[in-house]
Amino acid sequence: MKNTLKVTAAGDREIVITRAFNAPRRLVFDAHTKPELVQRWLLGPPGWTMPVCEIDLRVGGSYRYVWRNENGTEMGMGGVFHEIVRPERLVATERFDESWYPGEALDTTVFVEERGKTTVTVTVLYESPEARDGVLKSPMAEGMAVGYDRLEELLASQVGG
Amino acid sequence: MVKYRSATLDRVFHALAHPARRVMLRRLAEGERNLSELAAPLRMSFPAASKHVRVLERARLVRRRVVGRTHLCRIEARPLAEASSWLEEYRRIWEQNYQRLDALLEELQAQEKPTASRAPKGKPS
Repeated sequence: MKNTLKVTAAGDREIVITRAFNAPRRLVFDAHTKPELVQRWLLGPPGWTMPVCEIDLRVGGSYRYVWRNENGTEMGMGGVFHEIVRPERLVATERFDESWYPGEALDTTVFVEERGKTTVTVTVLYESPEARDGVLKSPMAEGMAVGYDRLEELLASQVGG
Repeated sequence: MVKYRSATLDRVFHALAHPARRVMLRRLAEGERNLSELAAPLRMSFPAASKHVRVLERARLVRRRVVGRTHLCRIEARPLAEASSWLEEYRRIWEQNYQRLDALLEELQAQEKPTASRAPKGKPS
C-alpha cells in the first residue's frame, strides 16, 4: 500500500505534514536524529547535498543543517531542542539563516507505531499567520525553487521504477 | 512560478485566515446564499457579515450580486485552486525527502536482519 503524504494548513499559524513509513518507529526516530542518517534524505530538490549536519540531541542542545547546491549556493538553518521523548516525540525550534519568513518556528514531530508501520506527524507552528502564509507561497526558500523540471523527471522515474 | 500572482495569493491567504470567513466559504460551497443566511449561523450582524464578504470579494473568492434588497453571494473556485497549488509545491518537496527516507529505512531494516531481507514483490494489480 502506498504511504500518502498529507500537507495541510491548520488554524492560521500551522502547517501539518503527515506520512507513514514501513518501519518500526525506533528506526524512523533514528533517521530523524542521527546526523549520518539525516544527511541521506533531508535534501529537498535534486542537486542539493547536506555537507553540515550537527545534532546535539538533548533538551537545550542545538542542531545545525547546511545545504549546498551544484552552484555552491548554501542555505543554513538550525534550532534548539525543547523536548525529546525517544522514540515518540521531538520538539525543536527552527530558524533559517536567510529566513524568508519572520521569526522562528516551533516544530513538533510525533512518531506513532502501529502494526510495524510508523506514522510521522510534523506540526510547524509559525510566529504569525503572515509567516505561515509566506512559507506556503514560497516553499523551502526561493533558492530551492529552482530545478523543478528535474524534480518532475526524478519523480516520474521513481514512480515508474 | 514562485512570484506568480503573489498579490492575489496574499489576499486569498488573508481571507482564509479568519475562521468566520472559512465558515462562510463552507456554506457557499453548498450553493448561493444571501447575506442574512451567511450571518445567521455566525450570530453576526448584517454589517459585520458584509465586511467579511467584502474581504472574500477582494480575494476574488466570492462574488456578490444585489437583487432588490438581497445580497446574493456565490463562491469562486479559481483562487482557491491557485492557493492549493502552492500547498502542492510544498508537498512535493516533502514527498521528495520522504521517498529518500523510505529507501533509507528499507536499507536499515535489511541491515538488521540480512537473512530475512527479500526483494520487494511487484505491485499488486
